[in-house]
Amino acid sequence: MSDAPNAAAGGDERIKQRSKFREAMIRPELGGIVGTAIVFALFLLFAFDSGMFNSQGIMNWSQVSAQFMIIAVGACLLMIAGEFDLSVGSMIGFAGMMIAIFSVTLGWPVWMAIITAFILCIALGALNGFIVIRTGLPSFIVTLAFLFILRGFTIYFPQTIERKTIIGGIKDVSEGDWLAAVFGGKILTGFFQWMGDAGIIAVFERGSRAGQPVVDGVPMLIVWALILVVLGHILLTKTKFGNWIFASGGDAEAARNSGVPVNRVKILMFMFTAFCACVFATCQVMEFGSAGADRGLLKEFEAIIAVVIGGALLTGGYGSVIGAALGALIFGVVQQGLFFAGVESSLFRVFLGVILLGAVILNTYIRRIITGER
Amino acid sequence: MNSRTEHAPIIQMKNIEKHFGSVIALAGVSVEVYPGECHCLLGDNGAGKSTFIKTMSGVHKPTHGEIHFEGQEMHFADPRDAISAGIATVHQHLAMIPLMSVSRNFFMGNEPTKKVAGMSFFDHEKANRVTMEEMRKMGINLRGPDQAVGTLSGGERQTVAIARAVHFGAKVLILDEPTSALGVRQTANVLATIDKVRKQGIAVVFITHNVRHAMAVGDRFTVLNRGKTLGTAQRGQITPEELQDLMAGGQELVALEGSLGGTV
Repeated sequence: MSDAPNAAAGGDERIKQRSKFREAMIRPELGGIVGTAIVFALFLLFAFDSGMFNSQGIMNWSQVSAQFMIIAVGACLLMIAGEFDLSVGSMIGFAGMMIAIFSVTLGWPVWMAIITAFILCIALGALNGFIVIRTGLPSFIVTLAFLFILRGFTIYFPQTIERKTIIGGIKDVSEGDWLAAVFGGKILTGFFQWMGDAGIIAVFERGSRAGQPVVDGVPMLIVWALILVVLGHILLTKTKFGNWIFASGGDAEAARNSGVPVNRVKILMFMFTAFCACVFATCQVMEFGSAGADRGLLKEFEAIIAVVIGGALLTGGYGSVIGAALGALIFGVVQQGLFFAGVESSLFRVFLGVILLGAVILNTYIRRIITGER
Repeated sequence: MNSRTEHAPIIQMKNIEKHFGSVIALAGVSVEVYPGECHCLLGDNGAGKSTFIKTMSGVHKPTHGEIHFEGQEMHFADPRDAISAGIATVHQHLAMIPLMSVSRNFFMGNEPTKKVAGMSFFDHEKANRVTMEEMRKMGINLRGPDQAVGTLSGGERQTVAIARAVHFGAKVLILDEPTSALGVRQTANVLATIDKVRKQGIAVVFITHNVRHAMAVGDRFTVLNRGKTLGTAQRGQITPEELQDLMAGGQELVALEGSLGGTV
């Protein structure tokens, strides 16, 4: 009784050896990896000479993908911790508008406007989390309320103060600001100049910028996306806190019984999601030089879709930041690629629906393998 | 255990009362548990077993009564306090997270860390090694430490949870109906695990309403009924039938059993 009879033999004879293929199936990123490969293969095949893969084309879809990535990292960690945030899109609009109002209307230094916007957003994220934890309501409902509340304020403030819904002029006030450059600047400009000189990438033929490369550097937006993806991945898979994130989303009660501070983990993830939304907003505001009341519309769903394509389960407890980043990449490449390929852009939504459905079905299948359900 | 008289009890629950509003869930329950014994707590549904062990593990504060742990009076503010004192609880369903690997589950809340460049990281190597070792000791063969708990059977999950509690220094192990949802073979495995744990000198509080399971490993038996103890019996002093009767409150079951031919 005390020794299982098969203990010495090594392994239970009823457990079939799993094929390498099935082993490979059991990773959250699988869908993202396959999807990325397919998407790139298709566009290389059908849109190669459309300009999608020259320097401007690559920069174009990289930037769009990076935008998705930034919010997907936050949404991913939050979803793995077992919660949703539907207020991401409104938070983006709100954060951008706050920066514009602080810096342009109130005339604060831009760095102060940015920092204040970050503090505001993170506090709102904490409030989201606090309400969810305290009331025990689904985060879906709580953050849906904030979707409307924040969007409402984002329209109300500029209309009351400036009688318009777009506040511009941020380019002028952010000139030379150190923190503005962290979000709106470009790096590796020397390298791109060199590539332009060497004839690897296109340069302007005429005009005042003749000789300069068309793409003159990597925008900080992309740098932020990569940093967030790498940090998010390390946090999730390589740290103690990452284990707590999985545990909180997998089964909050079991995690509490084992001494995991579930409430703290969840609230922190709400705050991190808000932080990501604010990074997105700041980069966007610095790039456009203006803040609009309709910025960030539907971004919460796009973030969630990227995360789900990346293999995370909607029910929490399972997922991957790398997967979410690949989901965001697929998102960006397809959205821009359809434009390059000359496909009617409304078809993008059809594609989105189809790939979302496919990803969810695949994920359900993977979960069944992991948990041994039938 | 025979050597019990030489030891002091590791945990003493004295006259514990617990009221929830106007409901008296526990009306003065006293139990002593000694190191190295398996103390079975029996009782029908609603007898107060759960309330009692939740008081012991720091989830509830007793309305009246004292808890002495290793000779000192304790006031647990929350389960964390009880866990750090060495009182671990393994819940029937709420112990493991199916989507996570065995090793991640094993170290959940107690993750080993290592420093790399001044930052602290989850030490997966150590976690995996220790998990495999502990599982082997308990007679569970894993495909690998990254195998998801969802693929384990119910009995194996209980065993992992018990092994985890023991590894992290539990002196009192409270098992809340660990066998109630298990098949015959799996139950046997869990009971064997309890036996191993007891032999390491850990006090086991085994909650069950199955007399057979209790008789298989129990050293002493305390029966709860309607918030009160009906006494504690030593192994050998009581028959399964008597235990069964005590649990059900005597009379009615005698009549019932007659009609069922003593099969309950």
